[in-house]
Amino acid sequence: MSDIAERVQKITVEHLDVDASKVEPKASFIDDLGADSLDIVELVMAFEEEFDIEIPDDAAETIQTVGDAIKFIEERKK
Amino acid sequence: MFDLTGRKALITGATGGIGGAIARALHAQGATVTLSGTREEKLAGLAEALGDRAHIAAANLSDMEAVDALPGRAAEAMGGLDILVANAGVTRDNLMMRMKPEDFDAVIDVNLRATWRMAKACLRGMMKAKHGRIIGISSVVGATGNPGQTNYAASKAGMVGMIKSLGAEVASRGITANCIAPGFIATAMTDALTDEQKAAIDKTIPAGRMGSPEDIAAAAVYLASDEAAYVTGATLHVNGGMAMI
Repeated sequence: MSDIAERVQKITVEHLDVDASKVEPKASFIDDLGADSLDIVELVMAFEEEFDIEIPDDAAETIQTVGDAIKFIEERKK
Repeated sequence: MFDLTGRKALITGATGGIGGAIARALHAQGATVTLSGTREEKLAGLAEALGDRAHIAAANLSDMEAVDALPGRAAEAMGGLDILVANAGVTRDNLMMRMKPEDFDAVIDVNLRATWRMAKACLRGMMKAKHGRIIGISSVVGATGNPGQTNYAASKAGMVGMIKSLGAEVASRGITANCIAPGFIATAMTDALTDEQKAAIDKTIPAGRMGSPEDIAAAAVYLASDEAAYVTGATLHVNGGMAMI
């Protein structure tokens, strides 16, 4: 697992109070990890701070799975 | 009860009668306050009278850039922001037949649009803190209507709907959003009335008198307190029974 993926997993576990084993790339925040729309907003805020990036609202809407988040952040950090 | 020690509050319209009373009351309960208004000298005087824990941030709330920046300025001055009291408001009364579209827009801008934008700017910090109090100062006329105030009544009713929706969105994060709807409150504006006019008004109020700014401030202290944690989306009518709704 990449460094970014590990940090995304850690933040997701902390915020959603889920088991780390469930936080895999194909897991949907809402359908698989029990997040609601406000949880997603909070996760995006946490990712922005952790990685020192800005995630615009229209991009945030496309982040639905753990993998989406990792991919978005990896592209931003290149 | 109602101890606000360590809480940080931004009060807009703090140079007015109601805003000043709210600022004094929150401060007296231990809160740190940032006073906002358009008249910088008057703000400075009020801050000086309060002493410690009082900051000022002058802003013109018809300027949306200033509106967006204001919560951040207050948070920077105080080291955080727990309580927003959106009290600033303007009137441009006229019968609808004579009211200009600009008069409608100007009142909606300051009373409703600025409140929405300031609340939005507060949310990030409040979400992170898992605590926040957003208090909109609405008006009885938002619920009852009032001839000559189609713009003002719309802005105050709009605030109620906005605050309810916001309250529902963020209730799970320890943030409450409520309105206070003052009735007839004695301020500099009502000092201009004659004794006969005042007596006529008092007759329409079951309590037999106009309210004082302190009556509104007490409601703000309550809604800002930890004790009001389970109250959200509410409109607290403080009007001496003038409208029981």
